[in-house]
Amino acid sequence: MNVDWGESRMPNMTLEKVKMPEQDPNIRNKNFLEVTLGYTEEQAIEEAKRCLNCKNKPCVQGCPVNVNIPDFIQLVSEGKFEEAYQKVKQTNSLPAICGRVCPQESQCEHFCVRAKKGESVAIGRLERYVADKYMSDIALKPEKQQTNNKKVAVIGSGPAGLTCAGDLAKMGYEVTVFEAFHAPGGVLMYGIPEFRLPKALVQKEIDMLKFLGVDIKTNMVIGKVFSLDELFQQGYEAIFVGTGAGLPSFLGIPGENLNGVYSANEFLTRVNLMKAYKFPDCDTPVRVGKSVAVVGGGNVAMDAARCAKRLGAEKVYIIYRRSETEMPARIEEVHHAREEGIIFKLLTNPTRIVGTEDGWVKGIECTEMELGEPDSSGRRRPVAKPGSEHIVDVETVVIAIGQSPNPLIKSTTPDLETQKWGGIIADEETGATSIPGVYAGGDTVTGAATVILAMGAGKKAAKAIDEYIKGKSK
Amino acid sequence: MFKILKKEVLNTSVKLMEIEAPHIAKKAEPGQFIILRVNENGERIPLTIADYDREKGTVTIIFQEVGKTTRLLGQLNEGDLLLDFVGPLGVASHFEGLKKVAVIGGGLGTAIAYPQAKKLYNMGVEVDSIIGFRNKDLIILEKEMQAASSRLFVTTDDGSNGTKGFVTDILKKLIEEGNNYDLVIAIGPLIMMKIVSNLTKNYGIKTVVSMNPVMIDGTGMCGGCRITVGGRVKFACVDGPDFDGHEVDFDEAMRRQAMYKAEEKKSEEQHECRLGGIKNA
Repeated sequence: MNVDWGESRMPNMTLEKVKMPEQDPNIRNKNFLEVTLGYTEEQAIEEAKRCLNCKNKPCVQGCPVNVNIPDFIQLVSEGKFEEAYQKVKQTNSLPAICGRVCPQESQCEHFCVRAKKGESVAIGRLERYVADKYMSDIALKPEKQQTNNKKVAVIGSGPAGLTCAGDLAKMGYEVTVFEAFHAPGGVLMYGIPEFRLPKALVQKEIDMLKFLGVDIKTNMVIGKVFSLDELFQQGYEAIFVGTGAGLPSFLGIPGENLNGVYSANEFLTRVNLMKAYKFPDCDTPVRVGKSVAVVGGGNVAMDAARCAKRLGAEKVYIIYRRSETEMPARIEEVHHAREEGIIFKLLTNPTRIVGTEDGWVKGIECTEMELGEPDSSGRRRPVAKPGSEHIVDVETVVIAIGQSPNPLIKSTTPDLETQKWGGIIADEETGATSIPGVYAGGDTVTGAATVILAMGAGKKAAKAIDEYIKGKSK
Repeated sequence: MFKILKKEVLNTSVKLMEIEAPHIAKKAEPGQFIILRVNENGERIPLTIADYDREKGTVTIIFQEVGKTTRLLGQLNEGDLLLDFVGPLGVASHFEGLKKVAVIGGGLGTAIAYPQAKKLYNMGVEVDSIIGFRNKDLIILEKEMQAASSRLFVTTDDGSNGTKGFVTDILKKLIEEGNNYDLVIAIGPLIMMKIVSNLTKNYGIKTVVSMNPVMIDGTGMCGGCRITVGGRVKFACVDGPDFDGHEVDFDEAMRRQAMYKAEEKKSEEQHECRLGGIKNA
């Protein structure tokens, strides 16, 4: 192991991460305030000292945007927080967000040397700390670059679009972001709940981009109001498509159109973007009832379940057909959900939603499953146990089994090649699509994935767009 | 922000507004809709485009004050601004190869039927329009429909104007008299569209209805607007709002339409309470 102990620095060899303060589970499951409260300065420095500052930096390879992790942590341990922030910001345009919602346990922290014996360094928590500290201490005034008078259009203002826009603006491009909703942020606004990612913080990150000169146009459904061709005619030299995975999947079981059945997208959009948790002060309602079943085992399912609990449901079930090991949700989210009183019905497969005579949900019929041989995904295939059918009494059902790319752009851009399942076909390294000058990245290419992967794609595309435009003018 | 350039009261509860929205006006086609939000805490509501003027850059909406949002909207005046106005959403109506069409508007649905009649009539199609209202005070767009139709028939439930009865009575009579319609377009309350569709099914006349379910985004993202058409689930916002009336499950659509009845009442009560000020405090 190549370890640079440094002259003045003795590492903190405690095996566990410094714990991050959290709201008590039985208090937080009744409010929408942030669950985790973030480190104090002392805690951050103490945790930063656990980093061994390894020469080969395995953590950096685990980061989709290659944040220079040991360097920024070193700066934190020295109390140089603004410099630490700038170090992170060199490669990550949304650190306050990534520090909160990245699956660090399977990325940077997964490769941390300290994780071989004990817990990894809390890289995510430290990233969050430096971003929060910077944004609360310092007046936000990133400088606008000298413009190169070249226009680029970015469609969609989620993590992929915002990252691409930020990087291009830093290179001097005049970037316009088109957003279909009335507020920018994409999944950061409509999908991830307030208690996991405060919206004021997302807004701050967006304001930073505006300081950089990025123009954000809301209420613009590209494909409807302008086609891609029209954007080129308006003088945009390249277009980045980061329209996300907005099309909700349903189970295809009887009863899915009963009153009280939601897609996770609809449920979360009502709660997060439209602030249904403030109804009737905010006008958009959401129906929860006394008991709720959320079908699915990913982060979106956890978010929906935890929102339902906060909206006053007494019993909230996660219904998932495989076992906990196969659950795609982050361990931390599952843990938080359990603490808040979410009931996990694992190895349980919904077969029918049962309704009252006048068409409202009254229960969900499920079958118990057991794990059989591995399937094509490598996960053991769940097989139904005969005679195990039973009905779980619920008034609301939220279907959180995934989303596929929104077909709006594709349907109005015939030349844009897509996969059979709807994903836009784009080069993995550059985001280049079948149309010259059109780039794509994030969930619209990969299908539903993570914020950081989308950001990584936005970053690569920004670089490729820069090369493309420079090559064009030669 | 989107400016209200013109406001007109069409009847006691129905108002017309021309909104400055040049990009939308440029692309809008009959059958498409917009989504608007009045203010920061407001909900997003879909309204079908009643008219558009590409030169002036305006989109016309006609709405009935039935809930908190439409009431708030109705209180705004010329020169006021709407916070959000997005579109044109949905698929435009298809009109190719038509010779003779019956356009039916029920109540407020007349506002949506109007651009369809107008477009068809201007294309040289023979248009028989039938518009129906509960009573004479509720009649809207009679003059405009007259100008956009070869023949216009007006019905009222109570006979206070035009023929006493329902739009279907006239439609049935016209069909029985030997009018061969290539298409019937029926726009109005779900129950009216259902009855029209049941009637035309007997005669084998293709019928298109315009669905207006609960929506949030209007771009296929939430799925709240799902309806069953021919046994398959469709999203009204991106697959419609026009659908084959003979295939739509109207009973399910009516049930889903009522999903937030209790909440709508609560929202309005709170609104009234605020307007009432200390009186109700």
